[in-house]
Amino acid sequence: MSENERDEHSGVETTGHEWDGIKELDNPLPRWWLWIFYACIAWSIVYWILMPAWPGLNGYTPGLLKQSDRADVVSELSALRAQRGRGEALLVSASLQQIEADPELQAHALAVGQSVFGDNCASCHGAGGGGAPGYPNLRDDVWLWGGSLAEIEHTLRVGIRSAHPETQMSQMPAFGREGMLDGGQVSDLTEYVLALSGREADPAAVGRAQQLYADNCAACHAPTGVGDRTLGAPNLTDREWLYGGDRDSIRAQIHNGRNGVMPSWEGRFSPAVIKALAVYVHVNAGGEASAASEAAAP
Amino acid sequence: MTIIIDRTRERPATPGPVSVAGRQRDKAKPKGLYKARVPIYPKLVHGRWRWIKWALLIVMLAIYYITPWIRWDRPGGLPDQAVLVDFAGGRFYFFMIQLWPQEVYFITGLLVAAALSLFLVTALFGRLWCGYACPQTVWTDLYIYIERMFEGDRNARMRLDAAPMSFNKLWRKAGKHAVWIGVAFGTGGAWIFYFHDAPDLIRTFWIGTAPMTAYVSCAILTFTTYVFAGHMREQVCTYMCPWPRIQGAMLDEQSFQVTYRYDRGEPRGPHKKADSWDDRGDCIDCNQCVVVCPTGIDIRDGAQLECINCGLCIDACNEVMEKVGRPRGLIAYDTDAAVAARSCGQKPDHRLIRPRTLYYALALTLVAGLMVWGFSTREQLSAHALRDRNPAYIQLSDGAVRNGYTLKIANRGFETATVELRYAGIPGATLRIPGQPAANPLRVELEPNRITPLRVFVTTPADQVGEGSRDAAFEIRLDGETTRVPTAFDYGSQPQ
Repeated sequence: MSENERDEHSGVETTGHEWDGIKELDNPLPRWWLWIFYACIAWSIVYWILMPAWPGLNGYTPGLLKQSDRADVVSELSALRAQRGRGEALLVSASLQQIEADPELQAHALAVGQSVFGDNCASCHGAGGGGAPGYPNLRDDVWLWGGSLAEIEHTLRVGIRSAHPETQMSQMPAFGREGMLDGGQVSDLTEYVLALSGREADPAAVGRAQQLYADNCAACHAPTGVGDRTLGAPNLTDREWLYGGDRDSIRAQIHNGRNGVMPSWEGRFSPAVIKALAVYVHVNAGGEASAASEAAAP
Repeated sequence: MTIIIDRTRERPATPGPVSVAGRQRDKAKPKGLYKARVPIYPKLVHGRWRWIKWALLIVMLAIYYITPWIRWDRPGGLPDQAVLVDFAGGRFYFFMIQLWPQEVYFITGLLVAAALSLFLVTALFGRLWCGYACPQTVWTDLYIYIERMFEGDRNARMRLDAAPMSFNKLWRKAGKHAVWIGVAFGTGGAWIFYFHDAPDLIRTFWIGTAPMTAYVSCAILTFTTYVFAGHMREQVCTYMCPWPRIQGAMLDEQSFQVTYRYDRGEPRGPHKKADSWDDRGDCIDCNQCVVVCPTGIDIRDGAQLECINCGLCIDACNEVMEKVGRPRGLIAYDTDAAVAARSCGQKPDHRLIRPRTLYYALALTLVAGLMVWGFSTREQLSAHALRDRNPAYIQLSDGAVRNGYTLKIANRGFETATVELRYAGIPGATLRIPGQPAANPLRVELEPNRITPLRVFVTTPADQVGEGSRDAAFEIRLDGETTRVPTAFDYGSQPQ
């Protein structure tokens, strides 16, 4: 190889390359850069030995440290299960009342309940449990099937009109659509229901509907219209309406008799999670007391 | 009045060559942007300031080592260590004071007050902190003491360093470094006791079950102590520490500093016993002030960045002045103004009260006052109310409207507090905690030394329901004192 020309100014050899009269000086690499480069090479060899590195025919070299992300995930998951196991055991052994009364257990149940509610219940009942037309509001004091801790847990377990053998079942007939009542009778009953909840209604129609209500509705909704929780029959005298409370909505419900469905969660959640969910729903609804304690504290 | 002393060190007349060839040409010449360190062998000195420094060294090391072992009875399961930064429990304990992480502004205030006191002290008396109290000074002093034990005083150390390696040199050097490392380990080891129960940690530390942070912190501090106090010494002050660079802004000609009284000392020169003292200064140029200096400077060059104002040159010079029969105090704590006045034959006046010191004192009083006010009005309770947003309000079956809140009440006391929780601003509102009967006010028990989260529901009866959102507040009453937590009540939009 011939001697490359030297740059007059600096006395450094050029690389012999030239671009439009610009020549590149053949300066050595900076020493610090070179040492880092060598150190990286040395480190890569250490890394090959310590960490999984080389593919083989049936696997790879595992490395001295036996590092494996998969094993890490497995051990973290089992640690998580063990951690949850402690809380779950507490949830299983304690009664619903005990869970709610103990601040620490309650906080645990609320945390579990919130995440389970968000994943499973929020799609119908709303993220905050506020409900929607046709989907009950879980934050208020209206409970079709009962609002005590035990009743909420029962509803969660068996569902409503679900496939569970013990499911809570009730059926509002589609009076108009199935021809049980004619259009005038449905309109009269609508006026009657409006009157039940203390609103303005046509007195003549209310009078005509007296007998109709007694024959068709009172069995479930009770003669006074207060409903019946054992049958899941809504109270018609209050201001909460599952399918809307205005005249048209009430008429539509008498005509069509819609019935919502809630799945049974037994078997899908562990009993501990169902308990946590029951406590979460109960606490966030303001915590309706059971019938016994309600009577004790007026 | 400013004295300008030219201390310019030797510098190349022209800037260094830039081309590669030029650099190669210059390889033979000594080069480098940094001055090589000149080893310093401070000589032992006796006198008032040295005595004060020893006393302060013992007091400060004692404070450092003993503090974590002081016990302080606290109720319940709380740690009984008087001074403890409890990261795991999220508390800072200082005797009767207990701070929560939310109150870190007290620490900020303390640091600001400390900075201002440093400013004030510096404006009045120069770098007292650097000379007597800074850990770098204290530990360097201790390390030099150890060095002296093994290698002897200045001259012996210089001879030893110059001598070829021998068994004598080896064991002295090895012994010195071993003790240094031991002291460094003791320093790092004591530090970690401030963050963990000391009697427990000293046991778990040795059986290997202490937290990893304890070992790492101990190792880091061992390393920094050994390096900073053993090897770097005055370089930490000169090159690393920002304070020498800042403190000049606090000093003026009325600040007391270690000062060479050139009005008295100059012209300097060697003096023989029989010589007259007329027409010459008192400085006999014996260099004692230089050889005792831990930063290796000559105080006769005037105030300088490297001088930590430790006063050892005062002791050295006083000793010499006594020997030659001249008055003490050729080097002394004095002000530039006083020296300048004396050199003009005037009477020096010392003014401690100056606009600068007044400002610093005022700022310090202000911050200290704020701290005291903050501490004395510190409430046992503090609370936050998080209002439910989804749903923002709930209409109940009888037309009443309910809002849900998560109320977090911190009880900083050491005893369970029974408080009265009231909801104010909304007519007819009642409070209810799930599982308990509704009322207004409610009685609530708050566990000691923790935050109690409460789900609270506020209900307005149907006949008192208003429109939209209205300002309201939770009022938490404890022993006649009321903590107010502002919030809002949402009536929502009412149908019908």
